Amino acid sequence: MTNAAFSRYVGVVFLACTLPALVVLGYAQAPTTIKGMPASFTAECSSCHIAYAPFLTGQANWRGVMDRLDKHYGVDASLDSKTQREISTWLLANAASSAPLAAVSPDFRITRSDWFIRKHYWSASIWKRASIKSASNCGACHSGAARSDFDAGSVRVPK
Amino acid sequence: MQSFRFLAVGGALALSVFGASAMADFPASFLERFNADARNAGEGSGNAARGQKFFNETHGNEWKCAACHDSIPTGKGEHAVTHKIIEPMAPAFNPQRSTDAAKVDKWFRRNCKDVLSRECTAREKADVMAWLIGLK
Repeated sequence: MTNAAFSRYVGVVFLACTLPALVVLGYAQAPTTIKGMPASFTAECSSCHIAYAPFLTGQANWRGVMDRLDKHYGVDASLDSKTQREISTWLLANAASSAPLAAVSPDFRITRSDWFIRKHYWSASIWKRASIKSASNCGACHSGAARSDFDAGSVRVPK
Repeated sequence: MQSFRFLAVGGALALSVFGASAMADFPASFLERFNADARNAGEGSGNAARGQKFFNETHGNEWKCAACHDSIPTGKGEHAVTHKIIEPMAPAFNPQRSTDAAKVDKWFRRNCKDVLSRECTAREKADVMAWLIGLK
């Protein structure tokens, strides 16, 4: 085997060994990194609640939320205009674009949209459990909620 | 040569001190600022006992500061609606607290509006900051 052929061989073996690992790693990390997510999104939005992923609702709801931050479901969540614009732009660019997620809902709330209520049809009394407390406490049942992983297979409803 | 070295070391020291103060704020610097503003407004300066009382009372609205931050915020609090954990407010128990002016000003502005339906006065902020800094 010539030197060049040998190094080609080593390269192919190396790739064959590492590619599957890279693909698996990439897949495992996919939900944690949403394209272009500004640092301000987690810093500002997830101080008080989990950082709801932009794809959970459509542009109309995001506009409704982001245009009223000074009256944000009972609290003042206002931001300086630069941060407000930065987060809005990113949310709108990555919002859900097709039904049923994109439909506008009462108070622009994800938890009051038809698809959400349908998916959680069994849960009206379960929300009140001390271990859950609120429909917005996604992480109580969806262990991957903080990285926007809502895979139904990993749901565990606490007692 | 000796004096040059002295100058260089002195310069480097001065730079590092100024550099550090430009980069990060610290709890006492906020107390100092709020106290100065309160005195300028003729309201005296911060008082820890008054701060504790203020923090644990309602001010016309449903929520008090303690509703989310706990009555003695040396441990974790919990958001009254979303139940998200809120890290301790007292700087001695959370070194990240009160180290960023933009954050401190933003949260006082917002949360005072939730609790008092207005922004807090400099004296009220000085009271709370004096109490928080004193919690060990």
